[in-house]
Amino acid sequence: MRVPLEWLHEYVRPDLDASALAERLALTGTEVERVAHHGVPSAEHFTIGKVLSAEQHPDADRLRVCTVDLGDAEPAQIVCGAPNVAAGQTVAVAQPGAVMPDGTRLRNAKLRGVESAGMILSEPELEIGVERAGIMVLPEDGLVPGTPLADVLPIATDVLELEVTPNRPDCLGVYGVAREVHAATGAPLAPAPWLEDPGADGAVADAAVEVQTDRCKRFMARVLEDVRVGPSPAWLKARLMAAGQRPISNVVDVTNYVMLLAGQPLHAFDLDRVGGGRLVVRDGQPGDELETLDGELRRLDPDMVVICDADGPTSLAGVMGGARSEVHEGTSRVLLESAVWDGPNIQRTSTRLALRSEASARYEKGLAPEQAQDALALATRLLIELCGARVAPGTIDVDPPGGRDTSNAVIRLRDARVSGLLGAPIARERSAEILSALGFLVDQADDGLDVTVPPFRRNDVTREADLIEEVARIDGVDKLPATLPASGHAVGRLTPAQKLKRLAADTLAGAGLHEAVGWSWSAGELADRLRLPAGDPRRAAVLVENPMSAEHAQMRTTLLGSLLDVACRNVTHGTPDVAIFEAGAVYRPIAGEPLPAEPFTVGVLLTGAVRAPSWREPAPPEADFFAAKGVLARLLDAVRVEWSVIEGSEPFLHPGRAAAVLVAGSPVGWLGELHPSIAAEWELTSAVAAFEVDLDAVIAAVPGPVRYEDYTSFPEVRQDLAVVVPQTAAAAQVVAAVRAAGGPLLASVEVFDVYRGAQIGDDEVSLALRLAFRSPERTLTDDEVTERRAAIESALAEIGGRIRA
Amino acid sequence: MIERIEQLRAEGEAAIAAAATTDALEQARIHYLGRRAELPNMLRGVAQLPPEQRGPVGKAANVARKALERLIEQRDAALAGAELEQKLAEDRIDVTLPGAPLPPAGGLHLLTQTRREIEDVFVGLGYTVAEGPEVERVYYNFDALNHDPAHPARLRTDTFYVADDVVLRTHTSPMQVRAMEHQPPPIFLIVPGRVYRRDSDATHTPQFHQIEGLAVDEDITLADLKGTLLAFAQAIFGDERQVRLRPHFFPFTEPSVEVDVSCFNCTDGVTRDGARCPLCKGTGWIEILGAGMVDPNVFAYVRDHGYDPERIQGFAFGMGVERIAFLKHGVSDLRLFYDNDLRFLEQF
Repeated sequence: MRVPLEWLHEYVRPDLDASALAERLALTGTEVERVAHHGVPSAEHFTIGKVLSAEQHPDADRLRVCTVDLGDAEPAQIVCGAPNVAAGQTVAVAQPGAVMPDGTRLRNAKLRGVESAGMILSEPELEIGVERAGIMVLPEDGLVPGTPLADVLPIATDVLELEVTPNRPDCLGVYGVAREVHAATGAPLAPAPWLEDPGADGAVADAAVEVQTDRCKRFMARVLEDVRVGPSPAWLKARLMAAGQRPISNVVDVTNYVMLLAGQPLHAFDLDRVGGGRLVVRDGQPGDELETLDGELRRLDPDMVVICDADGPTSLAGVMGGARSEVHEGTSRVLLESAVWDGPNIQRTSTRLALRSEASARYEKGLAPEQAQDALALATRLLIELCGARVAPGTIDVDPPGGRDTSNAVIRLRDARVSGLLGAPIARERSAEILSALGFLVDQADDGLDVTVPPFRRNDVTREADLIEEVARIDGVDKLPATLPASGHAVGRLTPAQKLKRLAADTLAGAGLHEAVGWSWSAGELADRLRLPAGDPRRAAVLVENPMSAEHAQMRTTLLGSLLDVACRNVTHGTPDVAIFEAGAVYRPIAGEPLPAEPFTVGVLLTGAVRAPSWREPAPPEADFFAAKGVLARLLDAVRVEWSVIEGSEPFLHPGRAAAVLVAGSPVGWLGELHPSIAAEWELTSAVAAFEVDLDAVIAAVPGPVRYEDYTSFPEVRQDLAVVVPQTAAAAQVVAAVRAAGGPLLASVEVFDVYRGAQIGDDEVSLALRLAFRSPERTLTDDEVTERRAAIESALAEIGGRIRA
Repeated sequence: MIERIEQLRAEGEAAIAAAATTDALEQARIHYLGRRAELPNMLRGVAQLPPEQRGPVGKAANVARKALERLIEQRDAALAGAELEQKLAEDRIDVTLPGAPLPPAGGLHLLTQTRREIEDVFVGLGYTVAEGPEVERVYYNFDALNHDPAHPARLRTDTFYVADDVVLRTHTSPMQVRAMEHQPPPIFLIVPGRVYRRDSDATHTPQFHQIEGLAVDEDITLADLKGTLLAFAQAIFGDERQVRLRPHFFPFTEPSVEVDVSCFNCTDGVTRDGARCPLCKGTGWIEILGAGMVDPNVFAYVRDHGYDPERIQGFAFGMGVERIAFLKHGVSDLRLFYDNDLRFLEQF
């Protein structure tokens, strides 16, 4: 909402400049997006002039050389290019030194050899109108040459650009803003401009209206005759321009002016183009069509409200008038509509038609039926004053079939509740003063005030809390003390699971990975790109009905897509070595449930060198399966779960380098190298190693606090063992056999070397194991250890292993 | 005999003193004290001497041997030290070569760092942390938060729908009602998480992160909200910060406010070099979040869980994690957070 201060000052004039007023409004609940300036930067050097003579320029067909009386001793000579300039006109003149709205400073000039001391102005040059055909000719009205132009026309004003919250449609009118300024600053408020109504109640002879739908809350109308359609006076055009509304013709301008002032939209029909002189307001019907004022043909539906005459739809209620009944140059009889519509319905209509107008923007927030009367009175007066109209007797005033809402709620505002909610008291007299200034009626009550809500705040203020907000915001919430809740009940902490999630992320970051935050969405085709077969649970996704792009058509079921996207982006942007993780939800639909499961998942992706090259290690190793497994180990060891990895398969993994991750024996995710042809789809040519685990499942398996194990009382016996096994035996299988045979005395077993080569068979592999034996109860004897070792050796023999000397 | 011992001792002392290297010293040791040297032989031969000579000769030889041993020890220490110094002096490296790289440092995303920083402030103020579902019922996202049926935020132009009654949550506020259903007052809770709105430009991404706060008890006031957010702003933006409440409108709080923090980039809108501050646009204040007193209509949805609007009151606030990070670190475009370019990630 653009509010020109020049206009606002007609109703309230606080002793504040534009930016101070903007700040005051911001601190009382009316956000000011910015303070703009409309028109010329300074009114200096803009003057009323009288054209004394206008002669043809000797060397230019289109120029005239004028002498203009500017109130000085000598008239000025000004060269003018406008076709309509003529002796005797009263005009607006910019003299040398004047600064135009675009910032150009005028100087004495020579045009085709003739001196020119200034410029005779057109409307667009001053930004006060759109008439481009020639200079602006002012009515004589006894204007004296030399009078500063700013005394006659609003050629410069600051404009407040307000962001009006949806609960305050009353502030979508200059007078409503004036009321707010009055309350916020204490500056006196002029009486409302609609108090004087030249029209009268009673029947109207030449027009009728029937309302068939409750979506029309009130329909008022009057007939104006002898209307002379023409341009509006300069002051009105200037105000409309400053408020951001393009002048069209006096009749249309008056409806717009009243809307901008009162916040209530109006519509003017050419009564001679209203078939049958009778309007019917009804819900749309299948097949209804209407050409709106913007020239578009609109198809209507039963959820829209349409105004029809004998020839069918002629106006789209609350949104835009129809072309057929539009006021035009030859209009002489106007049917002036001032109606109120159901806000949500107007909003749906304008959304469905993608047609937002100044009218719909106001109606959709819900206006009070009482406002229709105010706007009608004001518009009637202005049409009489500015268009020479005569108001026909009577006023059409139709309520919907269900009746009109005229309730005026009375709400008790308790002093104790005010201070109880705010944390600081506001004196009852101050509350009464504020509420009165805002247009509420206030009566004293035992414990506070009884407050009657005015119609224009009916939808917004319905409860005591709403009144507390009114008094608090005007009194100043910025004045409140800063205190902390007194409650002794608050105990702040993170849950164990939250701490473990933090630990998981910290561990990965500590392992050299960067956290990425990807989109929660994925493209529908991701499942195909990852070659997920039909029936793969990751194909069942939560679909977004209105995604912003096909890339974001569904909620992700795996973090892999997002990790690959990030890796691709970095590699193609010249960072070939990538080590990233993401921690966040994936979304798995649950049959029969409206909401999906959102397991918190961790995904890791490594590609390229695992470390930066250095002079010591010019070619560091590339990330591979074991690099990723090392990260996985770091992660799962950090949260202290019992885990293992077994051979597995995923459709998107290298078939020989794929594994399943088990925690406490249950699968929680996968680990592997990406299938090279899938990695290539993301332009990744080095090996891509990755894993993904359900961290919620991992955390659920975390045992309680770690129990202390005695390591000091009895020494540990360490032994190394090299065993040759067939290639087909997995290391985990060997370790498991060793563990089983080692029994409780075997404290740990680790593979610390792997050998394939000439000293053993082609289909064999040698594993070096480090064994540690320990008893919590005694020092182990050599015999005990020897016995265990023998058991281990025979267990290894059973799986085809032999001990290497 | 005795003279010979004295002579050997004198010779030995001279040889030790003359040894210029540890090798030469070792040669001298072997010559005078080695297995075949004369002095030790004398000692070994003492038994063969006539009894009256055994005592004096044995003693003299022993004294001489000990004296030489001590001298060798001393000389060796001196020579070895000098030799080590010499060796070290020759063992030169190029100290200007780069250090051996440690495993590279990784890091948490700036959004995670910021979220944790905020969480920690509120945990310190006595709040617990809860996450809620991102795919949420319309009931929790709009209805129970007092959004009227025609509220524009419900439109499909603004909100992602996955079903007529299920949306991607547009704010973390739905957890207000879920938490109150779950737990009677008092409640002090923050809710960090992802939220979604159909909006995309330099200052909006369709996915972003919010942190919701909710404090409800019998006596929580708007002044308490101010104090709480002041503590928050000072913890995040510096101890000198002030906060300012501006009235605003939200459907689920009444009164509602927007909260500004005093600009940390300038003094009253003017930067140190005299320019208009680009961060606060010369106003001296930066908007950081929306807040207010929980609307009685919201409590009405959980009245049966112990939230009688006549007896219970409290405040709620919601802040954008991106916005806080964006302000604090001067990130120029919100979309950078989701590009995940390592050149961006490595900066924080």
